[in-house]
Amino acid sequence: MMRYDRQIQLDSIGVSGQEKLQKASVLIVGVGGLGCPAAQYLAGAGVGRIGLMDHDRVSLSNLHRQILFTEADIGRPKAFVAAEKLGGLNSEIQIDTIEEALTITNAETIFRSYDIILDGTDNFEIKYLINDACILTGKTWVYASIFKNEGQLSVFNFQDGPSYRCLFPKTTRENISCEATGVLGVTAGLLGVLQAVEVLKLILGIGEVLAGKLKVLNSLSGQYQVLKITKRPEEIDQIYKSGIQPVKLECKLADESRIYLDIREEFEQPKLDSEKVIKIPLSQLDERLWEIPKEEEVLVFCQSGKRSRKIVDLLNSEYGFKNLKNVEGGIDNIISKESEANHSNASKTERI
Amino acid sequence: MKVNVKYFGQVAEAAGKTEEKLELEKGASLKEFKLKQIKQYQIPDPDSVQIAVNQDLVDDKELTEGDEIAFLPPFAGG
Repeated sequence: MMRYDRQIQLDSIGVSGQEKLQKASVLIVGVGGLGCPAAQYLAGAGVGRIGLMDHDRVSLSNLHRQILFTEADIGRPKAFVAAEKLGGLNSEIQIDTIEEALTITNAETIFRSYDIILDGTDNFEIKYLINDACILTGKTWVYASIFKNEGQLSVFNFQDGPSYRCLFPKTTRENISCEATGVLGVTAGLLGVLQAVEVLKLILGIGEVLAGKLKVLNSLSGQYQVLKITKRPEEIDQIYKSGIQPVKLECKLADESRIYLDIREEFEQPKLDSEKVIKIPLSQLDERLWEIPKEEEVLVFCQSGKRSRKIVDLLNSEYGFKNLKNVEGGIDNIISKESEANHSNASKTERI
Repeated sequence: MKVNVKYFGQVAEAAGKTEEKLELEKGASLKEFKLKQIKQYQIPDPDSVQIAVNQDLVDDKELTEGDEIAFLPPFAGG
């Protein structure tokens, strides 16, 4: 117990608190900018069993915020590398690695074997999936999300409290990740550490859990607000009634007579399925350049028009393309407004 | 009546500011005000934007003098 001496000294923890930590289990879904710092503090504090779930591999652009990883880890599976590092930090705890993506099929089974779920993910589909699976398995989850210098934090499904669907019953089409917008490493770290604080409070039964409230903070201004979330029982009942509700956002092209190139990554929404749309995610573009037609004009788009503008400039100037044109303003400007108007309904009613 | 309006995330980007003080007609409803701001700033994906009045997230209510109204879009990054 020497290891934990400095925290056992706290009246709010003591030996009994340390035993609670030892008996607790936490699943971290997504070992990235949020999950890395959270995992480090939870391992350090002596949380008895930590599950690390991530199917991704370490890349160079992760290192500025995913501080468990080093240059030597590039290309290696995140869950595995993180487990190695955390094992070095605290050999007295059990660390599970789950090198899988969270899906509708595996979510409930995996969640059942942990006390608390920590959300370190970066897209809406998975956040709704975590939410629904937590409702069905009766687990509390600690949520955080980032947009540039701003962060959101809350604890959902705690003691019959509100869920993520109570906060955001309607999903957005703007699935913007840190990869797409940019983020300061410390902003992600700040939120990840705050998530770890909430987990410790939940395990120890101390302090005030941020349930039924959303903390919104800005790392640059230093300001934060705490907003009260109203429970929407109908949203929660719907999950009990029909199970996990996949979030699936689709839309249609406004003009089917043109050829389009979608350079968004596979997780980005809304999906735009049409034989007129060639899909090559930016991350695969190098190997798949030959798939882009050279004879007719191709309209290249992404979410906002920023990434696609860079790619169009690059391909036209250095790869001999003369037929590529950027869709300024992104996908919003090529989809049918009819489907846009129906969109909010679609995302709510498309319950499979 | 005067209200204090705060914008977060992409709403702040669309509005080009994080805060402003506005003069509204007495008895204005939150729903009407939200629609007006959505139109004025072309707020993206407005259906997903939630509004808090005096730190309470609500769907609609009558606004009163001095209210603090926050526009909150969902964030996804992590």
